[in-house]
Amino acid sequence: MRWGVLQFPGSCDERDALHACGLSGEARLVWHEERDLSGVEAVVVPGGFSYGDYLRAGAIARFSPAMEAVAELAAGGGPVLGICNGFQVLCEAGLLPGALLLNQELRFVCRQVELVDDAGERLSIPVKHGEGRYWAPQPMLDEIEAKGQVAFRYAPGQNPNGSARDIAGVVNEAGNVLGLMPHPEHAVDPLTGSTDGLRVFESIARSLA
Amino acid sequence: MTPAGADAGVDGDPSPAPSPSTEAEQPADHVVLGLTDAEYELICEQLGRQPNRVELAMFSLLWSEHCAYKHSRKLLRRLPTEGERVVMGPGENAGAVDVGGGYAVAFKVESHNHPSAVEPFEGAATGVGGILRDVFALGARPIAILDSLRFGELDSVRSRHLLDGAVRGIGHYGNSIGVPTVGGEVYFEAPYEHNCLVNAMCVGLARRKDMVRAAAAGVGNAVVLMGASTGRDGIGGASVLASAELGEGDEAKRPTVQIGDPFEESKLLECCLELLERGLLVSLQDLGAAGLTSSAGEMASAGRVGIDIDVRRVPLRETDMEPFEIMVSESQERMLAVVEPGRVAEVLATCERWQTGAAEIGAVTDRGRLRVLRGAETVGDVPVEALVDGCPLYDLSPAAPEGWIYGNRATLAVGASPEETLLALLASPSVASKRWAFEQYDSIVGSRTARRPESADAAVLAIPEAGGAIAVSIDGNGRRVACDPYAGTVEAVLECAQNLACAGAEPLGVTNCLNFGNPEKPTPAWQLEGAVDGLADACEALGVPVVGGNVSLYNEGPEGPIYPTPVVGMVGELADPGGAAPSGFAGEGEAIALLGPFAPSLSGSELAKLRGELDTGLPRPEVAAVAAACGAVREAVRTGVLASAHDVSDGGLACALAEAAIGGGVGCRVDLQPLRDRGCSPVETLFGEGSGGFVVSGEREALESLAGDGVAVLMLGEVGGEALKIVAGEGSVEVPLAEVERAWRSLHALVESA
Repeated sequence: MRWGVLQFPGSCDERDALHACGLSGEARLVWHEERDLSGVEAVVVPGGFSYGDYLRAGAIARFSPAMEAVAELAAGGGPVLGICNGFQVLCEAGLLPGALLLNQELRFVCRQVELVDDAGERLSIPVKHGEGRYWAPQPMLDEIEAKGQVAFRYAPGQNPNGSARDIAGVVNEAGNVLGLMPHPEHAVDPLTGSTDGLRVFESIARSLA
Repeated sequence: MTPAGADAGVDGDPSPAPSPSTEAEQPADHVVLGLTDAEYELICEQLGRQPNRVELAMFSLLWSEHCAYKHSRKLLRRLPTEGERVVMGPGENAGAVDVGGGYAVAFKVESHNHPSAVEPFEGAATGVGGILRDVFALGARPIAILDSLRFGELDSVRSRHLLDGAVRGIGHYGNSIGVPTVGGEVYFEAPYEHNCLVNAMCVGLARRKDMVRAAAAGVGNAVVLMGASTGRDGIGGASVLASAELGEGDEAKRPTVQIGDPFEESKLLECCLELLERGLLVSLQDLGAAGLTSSAGEMASAGRVGIDIDVRRVPLRETDMEPFEIMVSESQERMLAVVEPGRVAEVLATCERWQTGAAEIGAVTDRGRLRVLRGAETVGDVPVEALVDGCPLYDLSPAAPEGWIYGNRATLAVGASPEETLLALLASPSVASKRWAFEQYDSIVGSRTARRPESADAAVLAIPEAGGAIAVSIDGNGRRVACDPYAGTVEAVLECAQNLACAGAEPLGVTNCLNFGNPEKPTPAWQLEGAVDGLADACEALGVPVVGGNVSLYNEGPEGPIYPTPVVGMVGELADPGGAAPSGFAGEGEAIALLGPFAPSLSGSELAKLRGELDTGLPRPEVAAVAAACGAVREAVRTGVLASAHDVSDGGLACALAEAAIGGGVGCRVDLQPLRDRGCSPVETLFGEGSGGFVVSGEREALESLAGDGVAVLMLGEVGGEALKIVAGEGSVEVPLAEVERAWRSLHALVESA
């Protein structure tokens, strides 16, 4: 398994993601100007504030050369994981449905939360974002639920940002592009919180095995 | 390419007079810029003529209190600064201590008080940005931020506005640049109503071989300005804003507050660290107060060389800026580097790759002068020594005030029951949980945060590179310093040491920020002197060097000075980040003990404040006994004897027990009779404050065995149940844990509902 972790100017969690990916394969950083992902089998679009995110989160990053390459990889069925800002970028790029809006309380929030995955299993993973309120028009929400595209929900009472229907993460129709606001790369070591995030990376690694 | 005139320095000719096109200032202008008549005379004497407009602007800033420390430098000589682990001490951009494995930890705390009082969001944001630059200027990657904040009481609209803006500003900058905010403290006291305090501390990690100093070196080397372009923001920030009292019409000073851009700094940070790792820079300095003048002046002074700067080569945001504006602009996100001529192209290419600006704007000379050129024309020419070190240093005229000079409005009846008193203390914003604030900060980016805010007494950061971890704490209780500047400051140092001990960490070094009123007045002068003595003595006694710091004076509003507020930041090391004790009780049935020479008194306590009984005077802390208790706790944490450890601080023992119970989600049953046997009244045992107390839990025999060698251990009771039950003679307390927690978590509702 060879992971590539995108690095934009303004990325914050790329080293954390690199470390987490390294626990289930090889991993390298991919500079935002790289158009060629040569050898990379799966991509992480990490958290942070790509290009400063002064316009709208992810709105500039979607135009980067590296994202063109990511779109091609995704079209070919390659796994893509967008975390936090990466989720925002994937939504802006049209690789995932919906959008991420300002948190309901209009404040940044950093907190450990409980998630429930599509198999009903619980995970303890931290969130940290100011624009993480998942939103989509009602018909689209109905559709992604019907098609089983909701990968993670905040457990009851745990929704930190007012996300529609407690949605914390979604996949595309093909099932190879996953975006989520919580940070699985910050849940890979008991010393710094929990190890539940490992399951996210391992399941992607398994999908290619 | 060297700027015109840069090579002329080699012949050692006396510098040419400034071109006649720049007219000498009217004497009155220096007063507007904050210089006294005597200082102006001295500048004329050192120059051998009157300064022109550019030179006067440069002198007025570097001779300001903020840059020259003219009222504090003599006092600061008392601080112990030596130690075998010290890598860099005072005088560098930040202090640094060795942590083994070829690594050093750099750290510093700095104030951004007056900008935050005028514009809290940008003031606090740029405070964080500035302290980050100080740390990466050494070649250290910032790995943690802590903040120490002071505001007026929360029933004031202004205080809530300042709190909200400052917290958002700190979060905006720290979160966006990817450095975790791992700890801090916030106090709310009326004397900070008009002059809030925003102190930010940054901790960085460096490979020792990549570290650089700020001293310019190598005649003929290029001077390269990196980062953002230079605009008119922050002109006069150090003199007009930072070195004068706040008062009416401060809104007009808003243009002197800088605007922060964390994205620009993020690129600059990565770029600088890459340049240093590749060995491309001779030296590096951040641009802070007084901008280019201060950076170039200090680099030249430290290296005993001169620097020429051509203002035409400085990338500008506005086309029509005057040379003096370019030289003193405090535009953020800029760094100044000295580069060997053969490496300039490589440096510029690296900056290009990081999309950060860079321009060669000058050169190092051997003439000992800071020359400002506009193309071929010399528009300013001053001796570096006079500019950087020539400012006269003043002796203070301290005098103790007669009694308590600050107000104190009672908010709790003296006859309130022990339960009411406990709940009022826990709900007091200075004691209550600060979750509302710290959840707005990313505390985990970087994957080093082994103890998140409020889970342990100190922040704990893993340093796998050096095979261990560090613990960091920041403390200072201005009210207690107001009661007794010496004892209050000793307590601040001891509280840091106690916090570190709870994490199992041994102190390595201290940084500090001295926030005081106008030093030209007798009371603030007396407070400053006492505090520096206390800081020096406590650090000396603990054997911990002071490796850096910052002084912020003239913190006064229309109603007088702030509480004297020395803020102490301490960094320590521990081998096992997972071994740091939590502050909350771990489980039912464990024994609870009070360890250390805790001798509670109501003097200067949170309860005395609520009752409106504040007065001068504090008991002297027993430093040696506290140090021994810290050693015992540290060893017990390291050997896994303690299930939890929490120091007794604001609100006294009852509040410390309540916090440990809330943290562990379990109640406790204790009897404080053993403490009463030290001669304390029931109310003193419950709510009295003072140094040297630890609430620890664990196996009964193990706790009892910690006594001895000058360390006292009083067995108080055990963990269990769903209530806080404290017997203290006729002052007993029994409150359900849920009610205790509700009071302690009330800050969110208080801030958001208003």
